[in-house]
Amino acid sequence: MSGAMLERRAATARLLAGRGDALVVTGLGSTTYDVFAAGDSPLTFYLWGAMGGAAMVGLGIALAQPKRRVVVITGDGEMLMGLGSLATIGVQRPANLAVVVIDNGLYAETGMQRTHTAAGVDLAGVARSCGFAHAETVGTQGEFDPLARAAFETPGPFFAAIKVSPDPTSIELAPRDGPGLRDRFRGAVLGKAAGR
Amino acid sequence: MSTWSDALYDTLLDAGVKQVAYVPDAGHKRLIELALANPALKTTVLTTEEEGVALLVGAYLGGERGVLLLQSSGVGNCINMLSLAAECRVPLLMVVTMRGEWGEFNPWQVAMGQATPAVLEAMGTIVLRADEAEQIVETVRAGSVLAFDSGRMVAVLIGQRAIGAKVFRK
Repeated sequence: MSGAMLERRAATARLLAGRGDALVVTGLGSTTYDVFAAGDSPLTFYLWGAMGGAAMVGLGIALAQPKRRVVVITGDGEMLMGLGSLATIGVQRPANLAVVVIDNGLYAETGMQRTHTAAGVDLAGVARSCGFAHAETVGTQGEFDPLARAAFETPGPFFAAIKVSPDPTSIELAPRDGPGLRDRFRGAVLGKAAGR
Repeated sequence: MSTWSDALYDTLLDAGVKQVAYVPDAGHKRLIELALANPALKTTVLTTEEEGVALLVGAYLGGERGVLLLQSSGVGNCINMLSLAAECRVPLLMVVTMRGEWGEFNPWQVAMGQATPAVLEAMGTIVLRADEAEQIVETVRAGSVLAFDSGRMVAVLIGQRAIGAKVFRK
């Protein structure tokens, strides 16, 4: 069974290979490590805390930058803590926002305790009920391949839960100084206007 | 509902606010209506106030200023999310209508209302207060400069005395 499962780090790298100039927000813990391991970029804003806030940070960017694609990559535990934000996004319906959950069914950072998704809570179902234009769960390589492109192109709000293997992965230390992350992201997105 | 809301709305526009996030409160009713009626503003209704902190950090990362409208009970919901604006030193302007103090009839509002300034200050937020209606606009104006130009988290508490204490109506 686990042999057929997607591996989180490979899936994240494959997903981000087609990011282009998309703006990426990561949820604290494993998804921050996964995205950093795939390659650092000033267009990535890593969260190291603020659990439950990743999708809303993405919404704020998406509303401010309606011509840019914004992709939030977060974990199932982080998404569960901000479940209400799916309802808030469903009201705003930003076409340029995608939320991708790397779902291992575990709180990997705190000792591999099972999350609600491991007990059957369906995050894509929640997103669909909240009015996301597209919401799906993928668990095989065949299902995942088209998603890697769709997350950056399909009109949103777009939601995907990627079921991945529970196998532990290494901690990859992304930059974590808040003002540094803030300045490099704003500089890359806004250019000279970042000084205002 | 009250004239200060109209002046406050103009003040927020003058401060360059482009995004308004709110959890409804009777004291913010008029301001929310004005924001929703302006298609140039991106007005977001939240399910809980902490969403607004994260939203406005995102707005700033994307180049837009915003304001979070909430009631004192919602300040408690924001505590950990304030870490985001604190660590990244992102400007954050909150306008908080107070409950649980001047003439409060509902005892369930008192604990959070009384704790509101202490909780905000414990998280590093600068707290300004307006207890008279005529202080509200100038206090929010000063708070907006402190937030946006000095890059700080600022909460303007609008006292129940200024709003008029809510009365119990059957």
